[in-house]
Amino acid sequence: MKSKTKAAAEPAHSRKRTGLAFRKPSITAVILSLFASVGVFATCAILYIITSEFSVFLNHIGAVEFFFGRHWEPFMEPRSFGILPLLTGTMWIVVISTVFAVPVGILIGAYLHHFCGRKRGLWLKPSLEILAAIPTVVYGFVAVTLITPLIKGWLPETEIFNAMSAGLVVGFMILPTISTLVHDALSEIPKRVREGAFALGAYPNEVFYGVEMAAIRPRVFAAVILSLSRAFGETMAVTLAAGAHPNLTWNPLESIQTITSYIVQASMGDAPHGTIINSSIYAASGVLFFVTLSLNLIAYTWIKRQKIGISQL
Amino acid sequence: MTSLRQRRAQFFRFITWAAAILGLLLIIAIFAYLIFKGTKHLDLAFFQNYASRNPEKAGIKAALLGTVYVLALTLAIAVPIGIGTAVFFEEYLRPSKIKNLLELNISNLAGVPSIIFGVLGLSFFVRFLAWERSILSGALTLAILVLPVIVIATRAALSQVPRTIKESAYALGATKEQMIWSHLIPNALPGICSGVIIVVGRAIGESAPLIMVGALSFVAYTPESIWDSFTVLPVQIFNWVSRPQPEFQAVAASAILVLLAIVIVLTAITTIIRQKFAKKKANY
Repeated sequence: MKSKTKAAAEPAHSRKRTGLAFRKPSITAVILSLFASVGVFATCAILYIITSEFSVFLNHIGAVEFFFGRHWEPFMEPRSFGILPLLTGTMWIVVISTVFAVPVGILIGAYLHHFCGRKRGLWLKPSLEILAAIPTVVYGFVAVTLITPLIKGWLPETEIFNAMSAGLVVGFMILPTISTLVHDALSEIPKRVREGAFALGAYPNEVFYGVEMAAIRPRVFAAVILSLSRAFGETMAVTLAAGAHPNLTWNPLESIQTITSYIVQASMGDAPHGTIINSSIYAASGVLFFVTLSLNLIAYTWIKRQKIGISQL
Repeated sequence: MTSLRQRRAQFFRFITWAAAILGLLLIIAIFAYLIFKGTKHLDLAFFQNYASRNPEKAGIKAALLGTVYVLALTLAIAVPIGIGTAVFFEEYLRPSKIKNLLELNISNLAGVPSIIFGVLGLSFFVRFLAWERSILSGALTLAILVLPVIVIATRAALSQVPRTIKESAYALGATKEQMIWSHLIPNALPGICSGVIIVVGRAIGESAPLIMVGALSFVAYTPESIWDSFTVLPVQIFNWVSRPQPEFQAVAASAILVLLAIVIVLTAITTIIRQKFAKKKANY
């Protein structure tokens, strides 16, 4: 709707130059469209590279062996390529980081919105966002040299590399993503909705759980899904702190390997083109790409849905 | 006598406060720990030495120079393309199915894990185009990685330029190109700049894709052309952290302090720009 009135308000001569739908696109439009096609090219290249090598790999190994095999031993004969150990390793990181970051992140969002004055918010929110700006390799260092010894002091059976410390630092990393998204969603709710609840005598917690959460639930859900996707694809902290031992385990204090850290490990060994190790990099990337892609698409549709929802309140 | 409801409200107030404090404490603890660990090696020689097997002599000269070169080339490629894409989206594309698809594509690229871009760089730049493990391959990989961030930030900045400003240019007979150069981009510049700085902060700390495209861990020379092999600060840190000797942990901590100092300064600049800009916008 908005764009229609915009186009009508623009002078006639510029309207002729506006769209590519018109007969003579200007040189600028052509150049800019070339720039815009770089992103499309990148997506197509990623899709092509991953699917072509992935299918070669699957033909060689067999889909059943790959998706349901319980052993991932690519470097030793007899080689076996079952993705399950890598998937459970990745799931551990995702679960630990989410269990930490989602509740704390939502509560921080509520604090920023309800109890923190404007002035304090001006420095508190950016300071918390530093957690997201710290490079992931730094988190890897902190996990190996600080968090793991702390956990070990408490639970001595902890291994030097373990899923717990890696998962926790990934949780620190995604904490500001959740708190910022929740806070932004809360501040988009029209004031009268909240004031109405307060006028009925509700306390802040009742307003938060009873009214505001009901309004922003899809957005919170999207924030959680986005952070799941980030934890799933997190690489350096996990490579440094979680170990390189594909391990189908129920114990988060053991060393594991994630999909991402396998990709790093295999590519650092300089696998030449055409070897099975090289194809396995693409197979692991394929699983990683399609899982994060579907998570992102889910989050994207929920955010879109919410945009309509809030304006109707 | 407080009622159950009142106590619940107090508890809610306390627990949200505790969560915020926990977040702040995490930052303080991480920084205190790194400063405690890292200041020992932090002297002038640390910036002048190349990587070394001897932790006492190890320095970050090659890594720092590599970071600067890769970053400069990345920005030179990604910033014009990113801003161009954003202007195309905002000013040239009409709402349509294609536009929705292009938007979806950009927001998806922004969510792709960085290591996937490493796989792309390895297959396309390093192997297919046979540009080997060079600065150029690394910079192009990073450029594609940060492109969606620049596009999204620039689009947000462009869409906040009031329509009255654009129309004042048209009213004086400006063409669309003139309007873009003289009114649209200058008015959106604070937002575009903060987007670019965010991107610099991200690209500086990025290591996974650069390990994939072959940033080396041992470089003892100054890179001279874009075809030279290279290393960057985070990759150097990764290498030091993964060594078993504890002396290298201290060296890694010093390099981390250098990296963090850069990232913090960049974050502070963006925050200031963002808050100043928010005030200015309120005056319209």
